[in-house]
Parts: sequence; structure tokens; C-alpha cells
Amino acid sequence: MTKQQANWSPYDNNGGTCVAIAGTDYCVIAADTRMSSGYNILTRDYSKIIQLVDTSVLASSGFQADVRALQKVLAAKHLQYQYQHNKQMSCPAMAQLLSNTLYYKRFFPYYAFNVLGGLDREGKGCVFTYDAVGSYERVGYSSQGSGSTLITPFLDNQLKSPGPLLLPARDAVTPLSESEAIDLVKTCFASATERDIYTGDKLEILILNASGTRVEYMELRKD
Amino acid sequence: MKIDFNQLETPAPLCGTKEHDEISKHPSFELPVARDFDGFQKDAVQMVKPAKGTTTLAFIFKEGVMVAADSRASMGGYISSQSVKKIIEINPYMLGTMAGGAADCQFWHRNLGVKCRLHELANKRRISVTGASKLLANILYSYRGMGLSVGTMIAGWDEKGPGLYYVDSEGGRLKGTRFSVGSGSPYAYGVLDSG
Repeated sequence: MTKQQANWSPYDNNGGTCVAIAGTDYCVIAADTRMSSGYNILTRDYSKIIQLVDTSVLASSGFQADVRALQKVLAAKHLQYQYQHNKQMSCPAMAQLLSNTLYYKRFFPYYAFNVLGGLDREGKGCVFTYDAVGSYERVGYSSQGSGSTLITPFLDNQLKSPGPLLLPARDAVTPLSESEAIDLVKTCFASATERDIYTGDKLEILILNASGTRVEYMELRKD
Repeated sequence: MKIDFNQLETPAPLCGTKEHDEISKHPSFELPVARDFDGFQKDAVQMVKPAKGTTTLAFIFKEGVMVAADSRASMGGYISSQSVKKIIEINPYMLGTMAGGAADCQFWHRNLGVKCRLHELANKRRISVTGASKLLANILYSYRGMGLSVGTMIAGWDEKGPGLYYVDSEGGRLKGTRFSVGSGSPYAYGVLDSG
């Protein structure tokens, strides 16, 4: 008797790419706005980014239904935290919360590939990168999603990171200025759009710094 | 004197739907309603694609325990990270190494750190490396067959001096003076055993 295969999967991949770069006093988080399923585009104008706290922004690619559920869970937990502690969560705290939230669905994972960007308590940029079940790491820059294999090598080249295991521990944040980092992000997406069918339409960029949050948009190729 | 039976409670409550209220209880995990649970887990693991390609090693020497690990995480042929911290600090005097599933190792080591701290508070003294490794091994044994992938070494310094244990997700736990874990372990053993 042949093994029966499931003919329905609870998951789908809506594609898309997310990038985040941490600077000395800013953080840039960007994602494209295309949502696809297989070879179809479902919409050209879907935001994958959510601002959970003044100092924490989450960008997620993957299965957007799971992403939306994850965003709601995190927002609710943050609200509870605020009631209990009378203050907002810091970015590293939110990072660990996200890791635990993902791991609690270890046996039925959120199909979400996340990048969390923000400012730590000292005002320095921080970026945390995750896998689908919650393993995370603080890094200077990161890319997740369908275009990540195209963008990450480029960022490796441009934002050469000091060896992470050096002593004394050196900052992974880039010395680039805010506008240079934004240009870099735009370049990344322009290139990724050329070669990745799931990336394109429009680019949404969130910039966090001491004076608050700012949004910028850039048109990308629609084919 | 009241004996503390907390650690003897069933580690893995499978069908718990309640959120994790108390830190000391084991987290309860939602399970998918699937006819083929094993196959579903295999697919989920494929999707998660635990970072493979690791070499970690540890050995006891005259002055303590030496622990070493590389920092590459690979998914098939793609290097997903060059800066993974595979040596995890469970507490200021105990280290764990990561091999297998990154999230599994990170989460359960953090959980072990919490349990060690609770032990300290309940018993007014630090937990031994033997005790800590047993705690972890029991947890992993209770999740045996569910697709966790953990190959770790617990290294530390306690009242008896340096301690080193190997613990894995099959439920194995070995005491020893020299271990290497991961896909690069045969090569590490070659060097360790010839020196």
C-alpha cells in the first residue's frame, strides 16, 4: 500500500524580500510591497513592515497570513508588557520575545522569515535576524526572503563586518551615514528586482533615528 | 524538610493549549492536527532547514575546560551566516555548544539556564554540571521522536572541578573528558586523539 501524501498544505509562500541595516544612531528597514502566490501577483501594494514600538520595527517575508498572525501576537504581548511594567519594550527585549514566540510554535511553525530592526537603549542601531523557528542573532545588517541570496553577498561586500568573534567585541554597525545607507538599500532592491521574480513593484523604507520614524517609497520594476 | 518534586513532573505536556504562565512549568506546544504527524514534521523541518555543517569540540585539561566552535551556518550549499554564536552561556560558570538545529539549541539552553537559576534559588547553592546536563537530557528525552535536533556539550566548573557532558536529542548523555560534535567531528577527533 503506497504511503498517502497530504494533498493540502497549510502553508503558502507569498514571496518578497526584507532588508535591514544598523547604523551608529539610525536603523533602516526596507521591504518590497509585492505579494505573490506561485506565478501570480496577488497585489502590488502590500506592506510587510510593522512598527511594534517606537524603537522596534519588524519586517517579515514568507507566508503573509502567518506574518499577520505573528504581528498581532507581538503587538498584544507588547501591550501586556506596557501594562505590567509601565514602559515600552526595548529592541533587544522585543527580539527575545519574538524568538520565544516563534519557538512556541516549534512543531507547527510560523512560516515567516523575520528581520527586526530598531534602536537599543543607547540609541545605537540594532538589527536581529531570525530563522522560521526563532533562532536569532544580533547583526549589523541582514536580508531575508526570496531575494536574500542575491542581496546578502552584496551587503557583505559593501558593509564589511569586523569578525564577530574578535576581542574586544567590536560594533557590527556600519559607519555609513543615514543617506548612504538608504541609497545602498535602494541599490540592493533595484538589483534584486532584476533577477528575482518575487521581488518588485514598490519599495517601502522605514528609517528610525533619534528624531523618530520616517517612511520613504521607491518605485521598482513591475515585471 | 520539604522535598522539591518540581523537577519530577512530566516534562512534555503534549496537548496543553494554555499559554506559558509559569516559568518553571515546561512550555506547552500546540500540535498540528495531521494524520501523518511524522511526515508533517519532516516537511516542517525541511522548511525550517536547520543550519548544518558544524564543528564543535571540548576537552578537560589541567586548568579547566576548553570549548571551541566554528561560526558558520549553512543551508545546503548556501552559507546563511558567518557569525553564529555556537557557544552559548547558560550561566556565568557553564557553557553549552550548539550543533544541529540552531533554534532548538538556543531555546533549550536558555530554558536550562532558567532551570539552573531556579535550582540555585530553591537549594541555596549552584547546580552541578552533572545536574544541569541531566535536566537537559531529560527534557530532550521527553521530546524524543518529535524532530528536535540538538547535539550539545555542557561544560562547566562546579564543586567537583571541571565537568563535561555530551547530551543529544536522541536522549543520550555521556560523561567524558574529550568530545567533538557536528559534521566536522571526525576530523576534530583525528587531531584531538593524536595529541
